[in-house]
Amino acid sequence: MADQAIRKAPLAGLRGGSHAAILTPAAPASRISLRAGKDAVPALSAALGVTLPLRPKTSASSGKRHALWLGPDEWLVIDEDGADLMAAAASSGALHSAVDVSHRNTAIIVSGPGAEVAINSGCPQDLSLGLFPVGACSRTVFGKAEIVLLRTAEDTFRLECWRSFSPFVFGLLSEGAEDAAH
Amino acid sequence: MLLIYCPYCEEERSELEFRNAGDAHIARPTNIADISDEEFEAYFFLRDNPKGVIFERWRHIHGCSRFFNAARDTVSDRFLTTYKAGEPKPDLDAQPKTAATVETYEALEGAAQ
Repeated sequence: MADQAIRKAPLAGLRGGSHAAILTPAAPASRISLRAGKDAVPALSAALGVTLPLRPKTSASSGKRHALWLGPDEWLVIDEDGADLMAAAASSGALHSAVDVSHRNTAIIVSGPGAEVAINSGCPQDLSLGLFPVGACSRTVFGKAEIVLLRTAEDTFRLECWRSFSPFVFGLLSEGAEDAAH
Repeated sequence: MLLIYCPYCEEERSELEFRNAGDAHIARPTNIADISDEEFEAYFFLRDNPKGVIFERWRHIHGCSRFFNAARDTVSDRFLTTYKAGEPKPDLDAQPKTAATVETYEALEGAAQ
């Protein structure tokens, strides 16, 4: 009997997809769900080191830190290096609400020429480059699960989903990736 | 699949991202403690259920998660317009008219094969 509990990341060790769309679970990252009024945006942007975007479907990146517009007063801030975003937001001194969702979410990197097709197997949004350019992001649905999409390159998406939905999302995405190869 | 224009995301999105949230422009009485049971019933429970244009609240729950208002035709399911929460009812006469409402399957989808 094991005498120590081992923390296992969601989707740990999984690989999937096809030659058209490769699926890779993203490395653990820190994330906050940030809500704030317009007045607090400059102070929060300065404290987080990334400018909070104010236009729908846009994101801003600074190194490995990304701020994704989710709603008129709501952002998802991701730091791929696992920095303490809660402390950074708190140091702004501006009125805001930040919730650490690092362990609520997990992410899947979808890359390859068929990435759009693979995601569109369960997502109704138009992901063509004209309407969803590099840097565009959106909360939307994938099958029965809610996801947040971020286009990091022309053929690469970061797909954030809740960890309890991740086996479902990964499974459906695998089917979509296979279809994208035909 | 219906495409619904979200006034906050400023584009059309699939109906899968939205959820209906009942009638719009229901004003809560300011003297809620004084009104009679009948008046409370009328405010709280009774809705018109019209055939034709209805003003509804919708929520872009799997998008920007905002509530907004929409004018929808209950017969054809066509969204006439959408506008941000808190804005007054739009003048629908100024909006482009929807085609005459059609009700039969044949008129909507063509002859059944």
